[in-house]
Amino acid sequence: MIESAIFYTFGAVLLGAGIGVITARNPVHSAMFLVLAFVTSAFIWMLLEAEFLAIVLVLVYVGAVMVLFLFVVMMLDVKIEQARAGFTRYAPLGIAVVLFIVAMLGIVVWDRTQEMNFLQAPARAAADYSNTEALGELLYTQYVYPFELAAVILLVAIVAAIALTMRRRPGLKVQDVGRQVVVRREDRVRLVNIESEKGE
Amino acid sequence: MIGLSHYLTLSGLLFALAVAGIFLNRKNVILLLMCIELMLLAVNFNFVILARFLGDTAGQVFVFFILTVAAAESAIGLAILVVLFRSRRSISVRELDSMKG
Repeated sequence: MIESAIFYTFGAVLLGAGIGVITARNPVHSAMFLVLAFVTSAFIWMLLEAEFLAIVLVLVYVGAVMVLFLFVVMMLDVKIEQARAGFTRYAPLGIAVVLFIVAMLGIVVWDRTQEMNFLQAPARAAADYSNTEALGELLYTQYVYPFELAAVILLVAIVAAIALTMRRRPGLKVQDVGRQVVVRREDRVRLVNIESEKGE
Repeated sequence: MIGLSHYLTLSGLLFALAVAGIFLNRKNVILLLMCIELMLLAVNFNFVILARFLGDTAGQVFVFFILTVAAAESAIGLAILVVLFRSRRSISVRELDSMKG
């Protein structure tokens, strides 16, 4: 009963947030609706006993990726009217494609799976079951090489993002520590012999 | 009682919404990236759902990897977007026609 209430409440909020993402006039509002979608899906993932991933979704997506999105949206200063041109023109095609996808999914999910026996939810795990522990055991044994590859992918992303956005601006006054260190006394100091003034 | 079909319907509707968003917002690259994030969320949803209903934690490991790749993808995509805006002063898809494709 309480499970159904949670599922339908957060499912409705999730779909509403999805509609908000694709129809909001302002890209900042779209990003905010996307944050709402991620948070509500984290709730539903908790319902599905994926506690670690729910927390990771909030930390990584809401905490990092969406902040990056908001940063870029606010920095770029997009002209909204220009970006909105053609919104209604392609709406019928979009709606047709969506209805097609929904119809296909409806047939597969509601018609073809009725006789399968894994439709009913399995029993809840015991209170001392740790999702993080189970995930860690799998991740550090069977999937340890993919895990390291994922780390390499993140490294590549860091290098690529920095290499793409870094620019050298000429004429900027910056400190060159190397040149400061290698300088010698002879380069800078010049001793000048000045005749002292004769007293009168 | 909430069964497999309910969860799969929710994720399917989310995916369909993201596809609709790509059709509706085809002028704005930032919105396209957000719709791709929404699609990846729907796919991750399917992995989590089936990991629970089939009793196999490996599905959640794959969600972990998809999250990693999606984070890398959005970081690089936004970096490309920033560079594009810096050189063209616009991110409209309509003006990205210098290759005449």
